[in-house]
Amino acid sequence: MKKLLCLALSLLFVLSLLTGCGNSAGKNGEVIVFNWGEYIDPETLSLFEKETGIKVVYEEFDTNETMYPKVETGASAYDVICPSDYMIQKMIDNNLLAEINFDNIPNIKNIGEQYFEQSKEFDPENKYSVPYCFGTVGILYNKTMVSDPVDSWSILWDEKYADNILMQDSVRDAFMVALKLNGFSMNTLDESQLQAAKNSLIEQKPLVQAYVIDQVRDKMIGDEAALGVIYSGEAIYTQRENENLEYVVPKEGTNVWIDSWVIPKNAPNKENAEKFIDFMCRDDIALMNFEYITYSTPNVAAQALIEDEDIKNSKIAFPDLSQYENLETFQYLGSEGDDLYNSLWKEVKSE
Amino acid sequence: MNKTESLKKKLLGTPYFIWSVIFILVPLGMVFYYGLTDRSGVFTLANVLAISTPEHSKALWIALFLSVIATVICLLLAYPLAMILSRQKNGRQSFIVLIFILPMWMNFLLRTLAWQTLLEKTGVINSILEFLHLPALNIINTPYAIILGMVYNFLPFMVLPIYNALSKIDINVINAARDLGANGLQVFLKITLPLSIPGIISGITMVFIPALTTFVISKLLGGSKILLIGNVIEEEFTQASNWHLGSGLSIVLMLFIIINMLLTAAFDKDGEGSFL
Repeated sequence: MKKLLCLALSLLFVLSLLTGCGNSAGKNGEVIVFNWGEYIDPETLSLFEKETGIKVVYEEFDTNETMYPKVETGASAYDVICPSDYMIQKMIDNNLLAEINFDNIPNIKNIGEQYFEQSKEFDPENKYSVPYCFGTVGILYNKTMVSDPVDSWSILWDEKYADNILMQDSVRDAFMVALKLNGFSMNTLDESQLQAAKNSLIEQKPLVQAYVIDQVRDKMIGDEAALGVIYSGEAIYTQRENENLEYVVPKEGTNVWIDSWVIPKNAPNKENAEKFIDFMCRDDIALMNFEYITYSTPNVAAQALIEDEDIKNSKIAFPDLSQYENLETFQYLGSEGDDLYNSLWKEVKSE
Repeated sequence: MNKTESLKKKLLGTPYFIWSVIFILVPLGMVFYYGLTDRSGVFTLANVLAISTPEHSKALWIALFLSVIATVICLLLAYPLAMILSRQKNGRQSFIVLIFILPMWMNFLLRTLAWQTLLEKTGVINSILEFLHLPALNIINTPYAIILGMVYNFLPFMVLPIYNALSKIDINVINAARDLGANGLQVFLKITLPLSIPGIISGITMVFIPALTTFVISKLLGGSKILLIGNVIEEEFTQASNWHLGSGLSIVLMLFIIINMLLTAAFDKDGEGSFL
């Protein structure tokens, strides 16, 4: 009896392996997409499959840094990836990206010109990337817990809010806050500026409740902390869930980031990848994604389609970036620069 | 006849052999390769010696300190429980063991995440305490919460081997000791405890090693404010993409694990206390 059971189980296992491998592609082939977690409306993927007959193989990553080695080693081939600005620059520098044929992406006209202008910071000739989402990094605070006006990063160093502050648990984001507080560029490689930023972060550490990434959202919704550093895209979602929350871009300036679609050099289905990017640029699809993930879309045609006036005119979703000073986009600092930041960050964390 | 029997046995062993080559030996070799080379592929000991920098050695000491405490607490909690368990009637015994294993059917991450929700400032426990007008419990994001997480997650690994060792003790040995005039304490110290040492040792190994190397518990319950050696290694791989340094530090950590396993082997020659 036991033997039979074993046999049946192993058969089942082998069968599932076989069906896994023999997974037939759509009638027009497939496209392998590598995107951030929870960064797309799944409905749009099935619409794409239905309309084009191309099967979507969808994978997710949680940070740019975990995505990079997978693409670099070529261990698995992807057709479309959605990294952020500085990581795109790193991929261009290391010759990992293919030039996109924009003739195959007519819907590119929906993307606002200013976002391509902004993209030039990391993709100087706009050859490799198509903007998908953008936003700022700022402070999310709970109006019932914070009495002072919030307009500066310095409030994150205010002892009144000890144990009520959530910081980002990633090197570049954490250093961005400290560098901006000290009035430096967030792309600096100057040793003394970085030491000053490191000392600020060490000074701040006793006041910090926790270093988290995605959990800022849930903790702020649950009234767990008074102040948190957060991406603007999450701000709209959190405000929907907890009306006491407010988002502010500090006066010292901040990070303006863009996540863009790119096609790696070793993409097995480049044409399907371009079809996919084109589909994502369609106004109705971009709108679906915006409403699902609440991250600002650079798709001006989709912006015009938003029905909710509050969201359409929201300063958080679609900020007038010209009113802020000292806005910057992350740049790739080279592997030595990365090492420098990482070792300083480790000093902060082990303090 | 005998020959075909042994051949059969060897054949049955091949899947395990292939498995251990692909999933144990090759990765281990890669860890050593990365750990002993730098980015340009030249041999170096720098990645291993990097353990002596203040940040790394501090992270190692904190990890050792917290995991020793967690192991001691687990032992103190598990031993009496295993004793009670081994003296129950058969049906009841398996029921209690089942209750102990039951949480392990749920994912480890989920259970740790649940503790976060329980311990948070506005979490379940504090809401109840507040309702009862009792002072709030503020241990989330402190070393206490990390120890709690370790004890909670690894306690079954201490209970089961000790229970296993205790239930193998022949009741007649204890009866004989009693008959010859030993009191309860003497029976425990001279009979029960020595005979259960293999179980204790294997329990210690199974709690200490995962506790020493954990990075998830300190991340979720320690708010990433307390850097353990596991966190340093994890971040070298995922964030800093310096696989060489991460592997070098893993080799150092392996030393501690090997010492622990040698101790286990010395005490537990017959593999009596092995898990279940």
